[in-house]
Formats: sequence, structure tokens, C-alpha cells
Amino acid sequence: MAEMDTSSKGGGHKKGPGVKKGKKLSTRVDLTPMVDLGFLLITFFIFTTTMSQPTAMKLFLPKDADKPEDQNKAKESGALTILLGRDNNVFYYEGILANDGANFKSSNFGSGDDGIRNVILRKKASTNEKDLVIVIKPTSECTYKNVVDILDEMQVNVCKRYAMVDVSDVEEKLVQLTEGAIAPATK
Amino acid sequence: MARPKIPRKSTSIDMTAMCDVAFLLLSFFILTTKFKPSEAITVTTPNSVAAKAAPDKDIVLVTIDRNGKVFLSMDNDQVKSSIADVLNTTRNLGINKAAFVKAQFIGASFSQLASFLQVPEENRKGDALLGIPTDSTKGSNEMVDWVRYVVDAYQGKKMNLLVKGDNLAKYPAFKAVIDAFKKNEQLKFQMVTNPESVPIGSELWKNNMKGEKRDD
Repeated sequence: MAEMDTSSKGGGHKKGPGVKKGKKLSTRVDLTPMVDLGFLLITFFIFTTTMSQPTAMKLFLPKDADKPEDQNKAKESGALTILLGRDNNVFYYEGILANDGANFKSSNFGSGDDGIRNVILRKKASTNEKDLVIVIKPTSECTYKNVVDILDEMQVNVCKRYAMVDVSDVEEKLVQLTEGAIAPATK
Repeated sequence: MARPKIPRKSTSIDMTAMCDVAFLLLSFFILTTKFKPSEAITVTTPNSVAAKAAPDKDIVLVTIDRNGKVFLSMDNDQVKSSIADVLNTTRNLGINKAAFVKAQFIGASFSQLASFLQVPEENRKGDALLGIPTDSTKGSNEMVDWVRYVVDAYQGKKMNLLVKGDNLAKYPAFKAVIDAFKKNEQLKFQMVTNPESVPIGSELWKNNMKGEKRDD
């Protein structure tokens, strides 16, 4: 295809003794670089097609219950409340927040022993599956990424029951106080 | 006596066929690639393990940028034109219907919508715009009205509510959007994220290994 047949010219006849043979120039083109380029572009397009496909995470919101008696009650023993603070700080407490804030602990998004994933897993292992409810309370200081991360954590740890709830004033104060204590340099 | 010809084999391979294949594949990928349209609002979405691809038809996309500004975009022109009619009749905004349908996103309060639409499309950059006001402490959450108009325009047809937020957007902006959905009884929505692999050893990973179906 890319080369032309030039050898048939003359039909194999020998030329006379004094006639010089004209140098036959090959019209054959080396296509290797072109193939290289082609495959390079192919790989580029393959990668861009798969990577530009965003995924979607579903979230179902509960209906706002106006009357307090309509609201779902969570069992105290099975509740884990996660608070999201600023600078990727995470706080949590189990059950009901103690008056002195003794069960209010801090955590992070890491995968270490005090990371939120292990906290959730420990809670999951120690409570009856039916009673486990995770309450997510994002404060106004946390970012959208934190919220998505914690919802993602629910997926990763296969927690079926979780809810996003507004933070209360007491909790928000406590978060700010604790943040001030652990990270005075930031902000 | 004629000697038998020994054919001399060339070491160069004919690349033509390979070249053909390469360019055939190349043209296929070029044609199937959907490039992201250049966005006036730059948003870096967070990662999640969600594996379902985001829908691309009948979407109602709420974008929250880095500074917590909220923008709304829709892809259905019919719906857009009916919203423009409703806005002009109920609120007397006097907006240009064609410009409203053509606009890729909406990022202004109702009172400034008409002047927003007069700005040429290429000059509407997310950073310079104010976005749809959502802060209910500084006025009304106009997102509630927007969602109501959109829901009315779709008239019970299926629509995909999407939220696309920036990593750095603060929670109050997101909450305002959720509240707007809640007030209009839109309790189901999706968040656009970048795919991420499931951490090895986690419970979801174990379930996936067992071949259980995910319900996300």
C-alpha cells in the first residue's frame, strides 16, 4: 500500500553494455514512527475517556419532622455521634454527651487506630446491628469534602443507618473549645 | 544452467497494516471521547467509593464553588423556557427568554437576573459572580424558589438532582442547598464525586470480594 512497485519497469531486460544503470530510489516509507504516534494518541484518549467519567453518590434525606414525638429515636447504647470541625478535625461521642464532656473524644480522617474508621468499626463490633445509628453533625466550620468523606466512610464500613443532623449550640461550643486547645496555631 | 534464485528476505516489516489499525482505533477514541465542556466555574470534587456513573440526562445541577457560591444549571431547554415564562409572569423580571435558555448556568439573584443574562456568555465567570443567594441570615434563600420552579417545570417527570461541590466549600452553603431540596420535598439527590478505589480490608471491600451487590 505505502510502497509502489518500481521493479517491474524494464521487465527484467538487460540494458546494453555501455548504459549505466539508473539508481532505483525506493518509495517505501518507514511507517514505524507513525504507528508509534498513533498508539501514543490512542493511549491518551483511552485514559481521558475513563477518567473524565464522574461518579455520583446517592443521599436520601429524611423528612423534617415538625413535632418532636415524630422524630426517630435512637437507642442510647447504639448511637455514635460524629462531629466535623474545621481543619479536618473529627470529634465523636457514644450515646449521650456527658455533662462534663467526658466522653467527647477527638479523631481524624486517617486510618490509624484513633482514625474515625476504626472508631466506627469498634462501635459496630460492640453493638447490636439493629441499634447502631450514626449521627453526623457537621459544624459550620467544616468543608463539603469532610461531609462527603464521612458519608463515604458510611459506605466503606457498610453502615446502614446514619443521619445528618444539625449541630446543637453546646456541641458547637465544645468543638470550638477543643479545637482551640489542640491546635492554637492554626487559623 | 540457471541457478535457482535464493530469495533474500528483508528484515523490515510492513508497518502499513499496523498503522491502519492504530489510526482506526485512534479515530474511534477521538469520536467517543466526551470532553468536559470548559467550565466557567472551577470545582474540584471530592472522592468517594461510589461506583455508579453520574447521570447525564435531565440533570438539574447545583454547583457550589470554593467560596460557597451557588450556581444552578439545567440541560433541558424545554424546561428552561417554561421556567423563563414563569419567572416573567410571576415575578415580572423581564428576562430575555432566549438568553435564559442559552445560558449554561444561572448565578445571580432574581433581582439581578435580567442584567446577568445581558452579559455575554463568555464573560460570565464564576469568580466574578455573586451566585444565587442562599444565606437565609442575609435575606431569603432563593434556592428554595429555584428548586420549586424547576420541580414545577418538570411536572413529575424524572429529573436527576445533582450537587457538585468543591472540596473547600464550607458546610453552610451545602446545608442551604439541602434545605432548599427538603422544603420542596426533594429528598433524593446525588453528589458528583471522583471515583476512588475501595480501601483494601474494609467491610465494603470484603462484601465486594464476596460478590455482594452494592446498593449505592
